[in-house]
Formats: sequence, structure tokens, C-alpha cells
Amino acid sequence: MFYIIGISIVLAGQAGQGIQTVERLLTRILKLDGFHVFATKEYMSRVRGGANSTEIRVSSEPVRAYVDAIDILIPIDKEAMKRLEPRIGTGTLIVGDTSYLGDVNNLLEVPITELAKDLGNKIYSNIIAVGICCGMLDVDMNLAKDYVRTFFKEKDDDIISKNVEAIEVGFKRGKDARDTNLISLDISKDDSIKDDLLLHGGEAISLGAVAGGCNFISSYPMSPSTAVLVSLAQKTEELDIISEQAEDEISAINMALGAWYAGARAMITTSGGGFALMTEGLSLAGMIESPVVMHLAQRPGPATGLPTRTEQGDLALALHGGHGEFPRIIIAPATIEECFYLTNESFNLADEYQVPVIILTDQYTIDSYYNISSLDPTKVENTRHFIKTGEEYHRYTITESGISPRGIPGYGKGLVCVDSDEHDQQGHITENFTVRKQQMDKRLRKLDGFFKNMQEPAYHGSESPGTLVVGWGSTYHAIREAINRVGDESIAHVHYSILHPLHPSTGDILNKAKKVVIVESNATSQFGRYIRAETGIKTDATILKYTGEPFSVEDIVKRLKEEI
Amino acid sequence: MDVKDYDIGDIDMAWCPGCGNFSIIKIIKRSLAELEITPSDVVFVSGIGQAAKLPHYLKCNFFNGLHGRSVPVATAIKATNPRLTVIADSGDGCNYGEGGNHFIHGIRRNPDLLHLVHDNMIYGLTKGQASPTSMKGMVTPVQVDGVILEPFNPLTTAIALNASFVARAYCGDQDKAVDIVKEAIQHEGYALVDMLQPCPSFNEINTYKWYKENTYYLEDDHDRTDRSKAFEVATDLDRLALGVLYTREKPTFEGQQQVYSKEQTPLWKRGQHDPDTLRELIKKHRD
Ligand SMILES: Cc1ncc(C[n+]2csc(CCOP(=O)(O)OP(=O)(O)O)c2C)c(N)n1
Ligand SMILES: [Mg+2]
Repeated sequence: MFYIIGISIVLAGQAGQGIQTVERLLTRILKLDGFHVFATKEYMSRVRGGANSTEIRVSSEPVRAYVDAIDILIPIDKEAMKRLEPRIGTGTLIVGDTSYLGDVNNLLEVPITELAKDLGNKIYSNIIAVGICCGMLDVDMNLAKDYVRTFFKEKDDDIISKNVEAIEVGFKRGKDARDTNLISLDISKDDSIKDDLLLHGGEAISLGAVAGGCNFISSYPMSPSTAVLVSLAQKTEELDIISEQAEDEISAINMALGAWYAGARAMITTSGGGFALMTEGLSLAGMIESPVVMHLAQRPGPATGLPTRTEQGDLALALHGGHGEFPRIIIAPATIEECFYLTNESFNLADEYQVPVIILTDQYTIDSYYNISSLDPTKVENTRHFIKTGEEYHRYTITESGISPRGIPGYGKGLVCVDSDEHDQQGHITENFTVRKQQMDKRLRKLDGFFKNMQEPAYHGSESPGTLVVGWGSTYHAIREAINRVGDESIAHVHYSILHPLHPSTGDILNKAKKVVIVESNATSQFGRYIRAETGIKTDATILKYTGEPFSVEDIVKRLKEEI
Repeated sequence: MDVKDYDIGDIDMAWCPGCGNFSIIKIIKRSLAELEITPSDVVFVSGIGQAAKLPHYLKCNFFNGLHGRSVPVATAIKATNPRLTVIADSGDGCNYGEGGNHFIHGIRRNPDLLHLVHDNMIYGLTKGQASPTSMKGMVTPVQVDGVILEPFNPLTTAIALNASFVARAYCGDQDKAVDIVKEAIQHEGYALVDMLQPCPSFNEINTYKWYKENTYYLEDDHDRTDRSKAFEVATDLDRLALGVLYTREKPTFEGQQQVYSKEQTPLWKRGQHDPDTLRELIKKHRD
């Protein structure tokens, strides 16, 4: 008998076998029934075949991080088993049938394929799998059936009823296992979360963008950043947004700059290779002092790397990409809520400081989700920063803050002249060395006042800790859960969502710790090296992962125990 | 309007004596003046090169961006505010070399722009290397044995892509060039004007004299809607046809945007997105 509190279910199959449908159905049904859920997927860079899987954690309390452990594994075909081998433990219950799984330990025999064929087609296998999970978790059967009906509402009646039947068939098998005490899942439901939201990081970014007034997106498809382009393109019916698939990333960034120049709030979304192509445009934004929001969804490089996997390997690119010296802001959301609110805020920051704002996410952030209570599109107050120009308007007037009032063409009597050459206050090309220095100094002091209103990095635990864990971006929840599991009061955690400019409190925070351990999904500790460059402080130890998989809670627990 | 309305007064121009750009800026000023377009309603978008400096020398809004990138910038400006007259204005190297991909896809998008290419068949600013339109055999400090690449033909390319307006002009003939440029500005949709231009400093082949001898104007009865005919005319590189070779009415890029389906207001004039719609979009993620 397996006695489990808070479980992880992994469903696996080939691309095209409907694993995504399973994930969607199961997480929604479970959440609507009052379970806390977390889901993340991993998939190959192909459209059919291969081995893809999705992890769904179900719990009585909020769960927000990826774990290696698999409590229940439902492989829809044989290949999946091989790939997941390292994660299958003595406690893993495997659900499926011997016909394709062969002789495995802890098998809950359910002839999924046969049952599906009995319903008329093998394709119902995945829905049967959903039913099995619902049965095991004692989900409200009517709720599950209703959900399936709505989910397939566009299909023929026959198909709808077959899918409902598939849920019932699976449900019965799952419930039998429960009734016969083969498994016991002690997870309580919480009615208060039924109205919670389920949306992945990519969707949260795009909703944050529209909350921030984004009305123009130009991009070129590249995994894992495309989700944001797709999501914004699909909102052009309801919202005033121009969405354009550019011929290349160079065009995309230049379009975004043209759009800002003419008064839009524009963004681009891309991944490492595309961002590399955009760096000339990024530098242009620096020179013409154009706001722009750039979403960089990281995947492992160099070059094409692992297109559908995750890494935090492009921080150095975001920090240093683009020739010449100019200010920029780099943000790395740590939670789904931050994907939304910080993206919203990015548009205001870009507009206020007239700088590029880079939002650094990764495949893991883009493809993961968990239930959150709400998102408020009016919480961040949007501020607009362009002015009506007068006849004597000069785009690059020298000011104390370095920020020159930004006009847009067609609003006011002034002419708006921007130039990628070094320019004078009017925006005209110049080779005057004094003017050059004045304009450089003007640009470089724009972010001096940046931290006035900005939040401090998130801090958990003792202020003078034995061990301070430093993290940034997507590793947040895995670090939180790992520290909780280790349960050592002397460990504290500081987490950065605003990476650059680096918060001025950083030196003090790090100096108070006996030992500083940094966690990063890359091979060379890019954030650690950046902190050292900015503060002179060298981290004492690194916990790094660059296989292309996300950090699991177990990864961090294991390494933390070695370090304390 | 008067041509003088576009003067910005005393300014140090970076062009060489005898440069065709002096004629081109006059052609532009005259065209704008005759069309009564006020300086604050026009945006020039240029790249980098001698040609690309032009917007600095007249009264206008301008976005002098990166080498090769003027078309995407111009496309976005027009889409963001269709009330502006937008002119992408740069050299042959800028548009056909560095920006070649944008040239192709700009035509496919069909934004309502004048795309004015100063075609001197050379890289002027970088001191005389071959450009995509340089003729075979032209010797330069880089093409030491002469150009061996087939010259790029912007007109056949544009016609092949079914561009909505394709013309060639010669800056040495101001009156006729003004007519062509004016028509291109007024044309609704993407309008290419390949403006032949001598470069007295670096191009010893394509001189004022050469252009006189090797160009001719299309007859009045030239049927500009006949694509095959236009293509045939454009392929002839021994005698370069001047005038409007081809036109094709098509919906514009910005005209087909959902945002302008109900109202024409430029994006900057519209408020934030409606919070209730945003709330609805968020709520969808409850189930
Ligand atoms: C990315 C980039 N590559 C190269 C250059 C250097 N460059 C400046 S202008 C130019 C060519 C200009 O030729 P063309 O566009 O024909 O303009 P012209 O000077 O002849 O008017 C080059 C290669 C640059 N500024 N940027
Ligand atoms: Mg040239």
C-alpha cells in the first residue's frame, strides 16, 4: 500500500498523443474540485513521436515547484518509460498494462489501450488516464464529466459522449484501486480555491503586457518565447493591438522601436538566438533613448542548443548585448504573479526612463503554472510619459535627471528628430566631442533615481544567516521548498527579480551571511560573477544545473545539505 | 506650401560637390510643397549612408535609424499612426544590401509608404565599394578585379513580388522626378522609387553623362497595370526605363489591421485597454 501526502503524477507519451490535453483537463478539473495543483511539461523539439511528459503535483496546500519524485506514473506508451527511468523510484506506482509496459514493479494493471479500443478508438487512452487520476483522487465525478463536456463542446455529440464515457471508464479503475486500499491518497480539498486562476508564465507575461498598455508586438517565432506572441495575437479581436510576425528578429526589434517612436507601447518576444540578432536594435534603443520591452525566454545555448529545454544562460547576453554603453533594466520574474505585474510595470519603466527593459524568463517559467488567487489589471498604475511638443521642441534637451521630455510625431507643433548617430539636443548628427560627452553623460544618468520606488529583493529567514542562498528568476519556488525541506533555521534566502541595475543593498545583505551559496541554471554562475563585479563579493559556493532540465526541489536539497 | 517651408537654415551638409543628393533634396522639398504636406505631418525614416543623412537637411520629423533597417521602422510608424506621411529614404546599399530582406517583406506587407532609394550604384559613405546595383566589371579598392556578381535589379524584384507601385526616376531631371515622387507619395500602398543618382566621388562609370545616354522615359501609353510588360521593361539594363513601370491597387498593411476596422484614431490617442475586458480575459483562466 502507498500512503502519500501531496503527490506528483507524471503522464508521458509521444508528441501528438494528447499529453497536453490530459494536462489541461486534469489540472482544471482538480483545481475546480478544490485541489492545489502545479504543472510543468517537458517536450522534445519535434511535432510527432519522441517522449514528452507532464508533471502534475496535487496537494492540500499550495505547490509551486518541480520535483524529481514520481508518485504515480501513467505512461501512454513504452518509450516514455525509458526516458523517465532515472526518476522512477521504489515508491512509484505505475499505471498501465503489461502489453506495452512489460514486467515492471508496482504496476497497477489497467489495460488503457484495450479499454480505449472498446470505446471505438485508441485515441481515448489519454482521457481514460484523466479518469483514472480523478478516480484515485476521489474527484467529484459530475464535475469531471461536465468539464469534459464543455472542453469538447465544439466536437460532434458522439465524440463528446465517447469522451465522457472514457472519463467514467477510467474513473472506475481509479476508484477501485482506492476502494480496495491499493492506494490511499490523503489530500484534502479546499473550496476557497475553486475560483483560482491557472495560467502559465507565457500567458501571464502577455496579460501583464496588455495590463501595461501594450498595443504593438512584432516578433519572429522561436521556442520557448512564441507563447507570448501567440497569446497577444489572439487578443487582437478584443483589444487594440497590432501584432506582426516579422521576417526576422532584426525587423521585429526595429518595428517595435518605430512603434514606440510613433506613440505605441511595443514589445518583442524572443529567445537567445533571436535576441542576439536584436542586439544592434537594442543598442539603437539606447542611443535614440527609445523605450522598448523585450521578452527574452531563455533556452540552453550556445547556438540552437536545446530548443525546448530550460536554462538561465543568457543573463550575460541581456547585460552586455548591444554595442556601446547605455542604460537598461533587466527583470526576471520569480512567480506567475510577477510575470504579470512586473511585465505590466516594465512598460511604465521603459516609458519613464526611456530605456530598454528586458524581461528574462526561461522555458520552465513559460510552460509552468499553479493556481493563484487573482491578478488585478489595475493594481499597477500606468503612467504615460510623452508630451505635446511646442514649436521649439528638442528631443534631447539636457536635463538634470538625464531624461529629456519625449515627444511623438503628430502631437504638437514640434518636430521629433531621433538619430542613431551621436546627436545634439535637436537630434541632429554631430561629431562635436563636447556634445558627445554631454549626451553620453545625460543618457548614463537616467537610471540614477531608479531605486526610489523599486522593491528590495525578496528576503526570507534570519538577517545574519549561517548560509545565505542567492537565487534569481525561475528558481524561486524550488529554492523555497528545498529550504523548507532541509528545515535548518540558519539558512536564509535572498531572491532577485530585478537583476539590473543591481539593488544597492546587495553588498550589505551578502556581507551579513557567513556563507553565500548561489543557485543558477547555468554552467558559469553568471549572476554570481555579475554580483562580484558590482560588489566585489565572491560567492562561497555554487549550485549549478545546466542539463536543460529545471532545478528540482531534490536537486537543491541534496546540494544544500552538502554546503551547510 | 513653399519649398522654403522645408528649409532648416544654415547647416553643414556632408555631401560632396556635384553629388546627386543635392538634386534629390530639392525634388523632395518640391514634391512635399506641391502636395501641401506640412513638415510636422511627415516622418522620414532613413538608415546609414550619405543618402540617409538627407532628413537632417530639411524640416521634418525623422527617425535616422540603423543601416538597412528603415523599412521595418517606417512600416511600424505608419501602422501606429496612419495619419502621418511616412517616407523611407536611404541608399542602394542600405536598402538592397543590408536591408534586402526587409525590402522583400516590406513589399509583401504593402504599408502606405514612399520607399525612396538613392541609387548611385556604389557605397558612398564607406568610400567606394561595390553596392548590390554596381555594374559588372566595376573596379573598386575591394572588388580589385571588378565586380563579378550579377547586379541586383530592384525593379524586377519588386514587380515579381507584385509591389503596388514601382518606378524609376533620375535626379538629373528634376521636373520629371518631382512628378514621379509626388505620384508615389499619393499612391495608397507601398511605392518604390529607385532614384538614379551619380556619385562624382566614387562612381566613375555611372556619371551624369552616362545616365543621359542610357536612360529613356516610358511613353505615355505605357500600360502600368500590365505586369508582364512592366517586368520585361525592367529587365532591360542596357537602356534604363524611367517613369512609373507598374502599379497595382491592393489593401495596405495598416488598413487591414483589426485596430483600424472601426476607427482611424492613431494608437497614441487611444486610452489604456479597457480594464473590464482585461478582467474578462483574466477570468477565462478560472476554467
Ligand atoms: C551594420 C552596419 N554595417 C556597415 C555599416 C557601414 N556603412 C555605413 S553606410 C554604408 C554603405 C552606404 O551605401 P549606400 O547605402 O549605398 O549609401 P550612400 O553612402 O551611397 O548614399 C556602410 C557599409 C554600418 N553603418 N552599419
Ligand atoms: Mg549608394
